[in-house]
Amino acid sequence: MAEAVLSISHLTKRFDDQTILEDLSLEVREGEVVVIVGSSGCGKSTLLRCINALEDIQGGEIRLRGDLISHNRKNLPELRQKIGMVFQNYELFPHLTVLENILLAPVKTQKRSRQNVREEALALLERVGLKEKADSWPRQLSGGQKQRVAIVRALIMHPEILLFDEVTAALDPEMVREVLDVIVNLADQGKTMIIVTHEMSFARAVADRIILLEDRRILEESDPETFFTAPKTEQAKKFLRTFEFNRKNKAEA
Amino acid sequence: MDWAYIESVLPLYGKAAWLTLRTGTAGILLAALTGLLCAAAIHWRIPVLRKITAAYVELSRNTPLLVQLFFIYYGLPKIGIKTDPEACGIIGLAFLGGGYMTEAFRSGVEAVDRIQEESALSLGLTRFQTFLHVILPQAAAISAPAFMANVIFLMKETSVFSAVSLMDLMFTAKDQIGLYYRTTESLFLLVGAYLLILLPLSLLGTFWERRLRHAGFGT
Ligand SMILES: Nc1ncnc2c1ncn2[C@@H]1O[C@H](COP(=O)(O)OP(=O)(O)O)[C@@H](O)[C@H]1O
Ligand SMILES: [Mg+2]
Repeated sequence: MAEAVLSISHLTKRFDDQTILEDLSLEVREGEVVVIVGSSGCGKSTLLRCINALEDIQGGEIRLRGDLISHNRKNLPELRQKIGMVFQNYELFPHLTVLENILLAPVKTQKRSRQNVREEALALLERVGLKEKADSWPRQLSGGQKQRVAIVRALIMHPEILLFDEVTAALDPEMVREVLDVIVNLADQGKTMIIVTHEMSFARAVADRIILLEDRRILEESDPETFFTAPKTEQAKKFLRTFEFNRKNKAEA
Repeated sequence: MDWAYIESVLPLYGKAAWLTLRTGTAGILLAALTGLLCAAAIHWRIPVLRKITAAYVELSRNTPLLVQLFFIYYGLPKIGIKTDPEACGIIGLAFLGGGYMTEAFRSGVEAVDRIQEESALSLGLTRFQTFLHVILPQAAAISAPAFMANVIFLMKETSVFSAVSLMDLMFTAKDQIGLYYRTTESLFLLVGAYLLILLPLSLLGTFWERRLRHAGFGT
């Protein structure tokens, strides 16, 4: 079995007196793609945000290849460089061009030469079909294009693990595919990823393991075939039925 | 209007205008720096500093510059700190302007979405790098109008410097009126000199605001 890239043990997260995650443990191994599903508000985003210390935690610990991720440690920026995060609303920097968006972090934090990173950035942009947009401004791009740039911006840091938080949820339907294709491609390259998504057929295709988050904890954890064809818990069945219902509606329309 | 007289005192006014411009610019630059540091302290929620900053902003904005100048000019020597008039003017202006500049920058910084900061942090930038490269450039576009209004306001405020015997434009004009009763000419020169300083500033401000608003960010 491959080495654990990320290990979360007994994580507890509270907002004031509201407990969002309780005693949650999870290991992600090298090259593994873990998909997290669960109803809205169950704490999926919070979990991802805890992983790169955008939220402080009230119990347990999170380690990236053995290094403790903690709010009050000096090495936090260094660790965050190894954790790529892609947000629902892209969060490109509007005052920088596409290329500058991508170059900012590697040039400032990894002290890599601008020329060297630039070449890599252009190669990555080409891979996601956006080479000609290098000098465009974020607001000149469509949502799908912005999200692909955001993925490149995360990739150029050579992260150990990538976190995707409902990255297609804000997109028009016709743009969902172009972004998901990029992620599937990354999975094929063996990247280690945690993906939060509501796109069930994508989840089934890309995941090595599917996790259902519910009631502050991991309620069900299995390989995609088992999860979709033989869910163990009542909650998982109920969760999957919400999509069945949606699908029937679509077929009637 | 006695043009011969005006010509004879032009060098005097030139010197005074230079003093106004010099001290004003120095004071404003210091004020901007103070404002930037205070806005950062507020944004980063630095525990004690943040409270001190809030108190400072209130104090500086709610006391007249003249009072602040007297305090520095007559008060500081009493506790053993000597100040020459020019340094006193610059410090006074920086103290007053720092409060206004803090507010200008703070409102800009606050207008930048929190998740922009998180996005930068998650890329591994330090908090300082994030502030410098991501928050500040976006905040600047929003703060520009308030910033330029402050620059002009502060430049005008230099006219009370004469109270601490700085030989600025106001001092020179008053002097000429007192000594030679050249009221018309003196006022004419005074207005002319201030316009010469402030009008370009105002135009520069409008130009800069436009650029930030329209050319920026690809529209
Ligand atoms: N900053 C916050 N302060 C207080 N409560 C929060 C905060 N962020 C999220 N929550 C709450 O935590 C719960 C989980 O939110 P979230 O992780 O965004 O859910 P999901 O991503 O699964 O939809 C929600 O009930 C939400 O209201
Ligand atoms: Mg969410």
